[in-house]
Amino acid sequence: MNRDPSPFRTASTASTATSPTPKYANLTASTNLRYSLTRKSIYDRHLNRTKTSELSKSAFAFLFGEMVQYAQKKVYGVQDLEKKLNLHGYAVGQRFLELLLWRDGRTAKRETRILGILQFISHQLYRAIFQKQADTLEKVRENEDEYMISDNDPVVNTYISVPKEMSQLNCGAFIAGIIEAVLDGHCFPAKVTAHTAPNEMWPGRTVFLIKFEPEVLEREALRVGS
Amino acid sequence: MLRHRQLPVHSLQSSIIIIIVISPRTADTSSLGLLIGIIITTMVVYAVLILNKAGGLIYQRDFNPGLQKLSSNDYLILAGTFHGVHAITSQISPTNETSSSGLEVLESENFVMRCFQTLTGTKFLIFAEPRQQNLDVVVRRVYELYADYVMKNPFYQIEMPIRSEGFDRHLTSYIKPHQ
Repeated sequence: MNRDPSPFRTASTASTATSPTPKYANLTASTNLRYSLTRKSIYDRHLNRTKTSELSKSAFAFLFGEMVQYAQKKVYGVQDLEKKLNLHGYAVGQRFLELLLWRDGRTAKRETRILGILQFISHQLYRAIFQKQADTLEKVRENEDEYMISDNDPVVNTYISVPKEMSQLNCGAFIAGIIEAVLDGHCFPAKVTAHTAPNEMWPGRTVFLIKFEPEVLEREALRVGS
Repeated sequence: MLRHRQLPVHSLQSSIIIIIVISPRTADTSSLGLLIGIIITTMVVYAVLILNKAGGLIYQRDFNPGLQKLSSNDYLILAGTFHGVHAITSQISPTNETSSSGLEVLESENFVMRCFQTLTGTKFLIFAEPRQQNLDVVVRRVYELYADYVMKNPFYQIEMPIRSEGFDRHLTSYIKPHQ
């Protein structure tokens, strides 16, 4: 009855080692790229194994470039494209937050304050992804509900030069999506957008503008009162 | 640093001396690593041109403000002509070697030109002062910058003219400080 060769199922049968490998093992090995010849899938590995491993920047640049090109085919304008990149980032962020908190183990803490969650993003999250902290974390003076995290040289934009006719675009929208997912995951619903804000030292400086939903501020006000 | 000289490319038409290096690069590459640090101290590069594999000019940039300029059409003609000459020189090797690198260095009284062709057929031309040493290191560095800031840019269409701000910026910061 239950014959679906799901990765989880095959992984568990392999680890118990009491039952021989299923008949369709070879079939899965040859048809599914997730399995190497030794039948070890990424699900068999310990989650902490890749904690400190590094990724080739070129490989990432090509992959990300291809992603941007792919997203460009199905959109009507710059805003649409940024939204698409944001969504891609959102999917990454949702999964990454889970992993990050799992890795923290017992020391993992649920952030309940705006400042706490923003610091979590600009320190822990940033270090886990880019091996450095975000460069600044500021509050927008005019608006109560807006915060800015800036990155002097975002990894995703290293090799990207946006053409003049699309000068509004910043591919950091991908990172903005990751941040948005992490905020959402902590129940701080917000809109995050990426803006180019160059200065003399850093021509590729990017600011992530975080605009919280009103209910977040309402809750924050209640907490301050108590 | 800048002297009042003719624009190098002008004298190409009336080509004074042409040295055609046909043999493939030989053993002197091992010493390149040592020299990289030394050559950069003074470097007078006049211009950088990039040709696509069909011989079309996809990038042209001057690095000294006082130089005479060709019209943009003449630059295209120059690129196309050079492409043809390069194709001829790669066929006329007197030895039995099956493949030849074609024209690599062109020297005249006023300038030296170094050509580097990649495996994919893109050509990098560098015009510099005649005394300039180790231009092949410079040309390789330009190739590296091209591979990084042009080919990894998702907004660049292959074989088309290069309009990449990152490439411009990094090329300037590599060549300008040493002049």
